[in-house]
Amino acid sequence: MSTLVDLFSYVAIGAGAIFFLAGTVGLLRFPDTLTRLHALTKADNLGLGLVVLGLLPHVAGVLPALKLIAIWLLVLLSGADASQLIARAARRGEPRSRPGP
Amino acid sequence: MAEFLLGAAGFVLAMVALGLVRILRGPGDADRMMAAQLLGSGGIAALLLGGAAIGDDTVVDVSLTLALLAAFASIAFVQFAPPSSPGAPDDEERT
Amino acid sequence: MIEVFHLVPALLIGALAVYTTVARDTFAATVGFIAYGLMLTVAWVQLHGVDVALTESAIGGGLTGLLLVRASAKLRATEAAARAERPRASTRLAAAILAAAVSAGLAIAVLALPDPAPTLAPEVLANMGPTGVGNPITAVLMAFRATDTLLEAIVLLLALVGVWSLAPDRVWGGRPGPRYNADPDGILAFIARVLPPIGIIVGIYIFWVGADDPGGKFQGATIVAAMWLLVLMAGLTDAPPISRRLLRAGLVAGPVAFIAIGFAGVATAGAFLAYPDGWSKPLILVVEFALMPSLALTLGLIMAGAPERAEAASPREAAP
Repeated sequence: MSTLVDLFSYVAIGAGAIFFLAGTVGLLRFPDTLTRLHALTKADNLGLGLVVLGLLPHVAGVLPALKLIAIWLLVLLSGADASQLIARAARRGEPRSRPGP
Repeated sequence: MAEFLLGAAGFVLAMVALGLVRILRGPGDADRMMAAQLLGSGGIAALLLGGAAIGDDTVVDVSLTLALLAAFASIAFVQFAPPSSPGAPDDEERT
Repeated sequence: MIEVFHLVPALLIGALAVYTTVARDTFAATVGFIAYGLMLTVAWVQLHGVDVALTESAIGGGLTGLLLVRASAKLRATEAAARAERPRASTRLAAAILAAAVSAGLAIAVLALPDPAPTLAPEVLANMGPTGVGNPITAVLMAFRATDTLLEAIVLLLALVGVWSLAPDRVWGGRPGPRYNADPDGILAFIARVLPPIGIIVGIYIFWVGADDPGGKFQGATIVAAMWLLVLMAGLTDAPPISRRLLRAGLVAGPVAFIAIGFAGVATAGAFLAYPDGWSKPLILVVEFALMPSLALTLGLIMAGAPERAEAASPREAAP
């Protein structure tokens, strides 16, 4: 039983880590601000979500588990709002454009 | 299990740290802000993983605080960074 | 594996520190510094300083970012001029020598530290019993070194006086900062409505667990202050004029209660800030309860800035 639970954790956390990898690759490789933002939100939502999912079987008690889920929900809320706001700021013309260094 | 969790924490942290190259490259402030946002999510994930690995439950409260304030810097950025003169999109911007 | 987990923040802290210092673009340096604060949080957790990590996450994530982003927005107008400036070679040389000397001094000081470092930690643990609190950090801050905590609370008040003293005479007593505008149905207003109730609960929770676990009034107050600033930035409310009596009473209430309990200690336990036997825990709780709202108010107002507008509620004061 516990090996099965561990396997679940390995898979979920591994998948979460891959989403962070994907988010970073997207942030570095995608051609413009809005597509990069798209890559970023995947890491926020799924990466952390899967990590939390993988950790859930290992916490002792219901309350700590709820706390983990609350963290994920807060990041979802913040991430969605922040990316909306950043996208809007990017679209009304970069807040500041200037020649590179 | 603890070894795996620590490895995963290090991996996630290293990944989002690579994203910080965006702070260097920009080109816009929005791109820089995104790198910080990604580092925030990755930092929360790494702390949860690391805390679980060393068996310290109180680390979750640090993650909770970070999660609560995750959008804060971005909100300040949007509120305070005034739009520049229009017609000066940055090089890579799709128009 | 633990090496990987420790190595990444260690390398990043160094790299981000260098980048933040050498970046000529103020905003880029600001983002670098926000990332630096986050890595410090991770590093403190790795050093088992969860109390410090909690403070760093609240201050770094909530308040410092806001302060620096705002400062860099204000500096924007002067940035081109600052960039064009190039100090003379002699100035640069002097700065380099000074910086190198400070770094060398710090390095020598760190290397000269005795090993193992002198510590009072075992004595704290041995004497913690009578205080009734379970978190050694709280025991130090509220019982063994309560004077330091009292002075810190007062220092914050002095900092606020310093910020306020930047106000021009004609708006003295007025409202701090600009009046923020945001779409009342927009995303910002949405998150400013949803997040603060959660944030206040988290803040009180962090405050409450401080008795036995990492946390405490300072971290909790920082979170609550950040929530107020969020509501402020979304334009849902306006900062109060700083001449309000109630506001000022709230600012000093915590330190005054602390000092009163300190003097009561002279009468009941024979020393300033001493607690009579068996009364430590309740008195510590009273002080913490009194300090938290004052700290939240003080931190929030420091971040809100110097008064910029006369007391009138109109968004733009009409010319006389």
